[in-house]
Amino acid sequence: MTQPADNETTTDIYRRQFLGKTAAAAGLALAPGMILTEVAHARPADSAASDKNRWGMLINTEKCGSGCTACVTACQTENGWGGEDNSEQHSNASQKAVWIRKVKLKDKQTGHVQSLPLMCQHCENPPCVDVCPTGASMKREDGVVLVDKHICIGCRYCMMACPYKARSFIHEQIQNQKVHAPRGKGTVESCTMCVHRIDEDGTPACVEACNADGHKAMYFGDLKDSNSEISKELAKNGGQQLRPDLALNTGVRYQGL
Amino acid sequence: MLSHKTIINTLVGVFLLLPVFAQANDLMPTVPKAKTNANPETLCVRDVSDMRKNHMEYIMHQRDKTMREGIRTKQDSLAECISCHVTKDDKGHFANFGDDKHFCSSCHNYTAVSVDCFDCHNDKPTAASKTGSTKK
Repeated sequence: MTQPADNETTTDIYRRQFLGKTAAAAGLALAPGMILTEVAHARPADSAASDKNRWGMLINTEKCGSGCTACVTACQTENGWGGEDNSEQHSNASQKAVWIRKVKLKDKQTGHVQSLPLMCQHCENPPCVDVCPTGASMKREDGVVLVDKHICIGCRYCMMACPYKARSFIHEQIQNQKVHAPRGKGTVESCTMCVHRIDEDGTPACVEACNADGHKAMYFGDLKDSNSEISKELAKNGGQQLRPDLALNTGVRYQGL
Repeated sequence: MLSHKTIINTLVGVFLLLPVFAQANDLMPTVPKAKTNANPETLCVRDVSDMRKNHMEYIMHQRDKTMREGIRTKQDSLAECISCHVTKDDKGHFANFGDDKHFCSSCHNYTAVSVDCFDCHNDKPTAASKTGSTKK
């Protein structure tokens, strides 16, 4: 088998073009007193995700609206699950894909009700990765836990291992997938933290929708950057893990539980 | 038993001779034209003969880079292949994978080589990915 020979050269050209554009943009932005950190965030398309970042989310359950499902709808629209033409026809509701769901917590003694979105918690020590027999269940360098569907054999061990019930399995052929979110029969899937957006320096669809809706219950950012909004908020007001007893060090934290 | 390489070389030979046969035999596959020439010299992102022979290697390489490392360069991206090569028919519809008019199917049907890319990936061009407007 022939390996791509001129890959490096051509990549170099792409990289050079990108760096050229970035430099030009930086030059324009560098008015006196401007801060350089914004520019430093963007990762060139040809450089790999690194462990210098760890992407995480913080959810304030007190701000989360009890009847609001903006985050779920946004995720469905963004990643193409749950719609009529890309959903399973023969599965019941508990079998269908769920990347993110709203959970209602009720304290039986006091009757206090809380509402929160629950999705893949992007653990530092993910049980789904531990049990995967093929290496399909994986954690990226920057802490995003994903399924490599190219090598997923659909055994569903990861679904059993996940304490958050965050993963689902596709039982039927589906059509009209989103280009950035391929999904198909016989593979497991879950929240990707909108990794295609992260790679383009964006924010996950659920967080964006929550902010746009005015709830502002969700933060997204780099847990390793002490200056990021999420880190500052965590340092100031703290954030709980779900099932901290499992010592998974989740990337998704909750306030107000 | 024929080695993988021999089969590929034979197939490539067949493809290179396609224009010769095409005039004599209408049963040969008609490969839809690309929308644009990605590179005026090589006509595709690389030399056409190279792409015919090695496209699967390039895509496979890119697939792991993107999936595992988040490297999203466009040159060997499957989505880019589709958006340039899968073109509309007379009625303005895109062909589905499996249809002889679909760029990938036109050859893969002829050579009886099945691929499972489109079990998960979209086989038609769609609107570009929407990037989050809010910066982190």
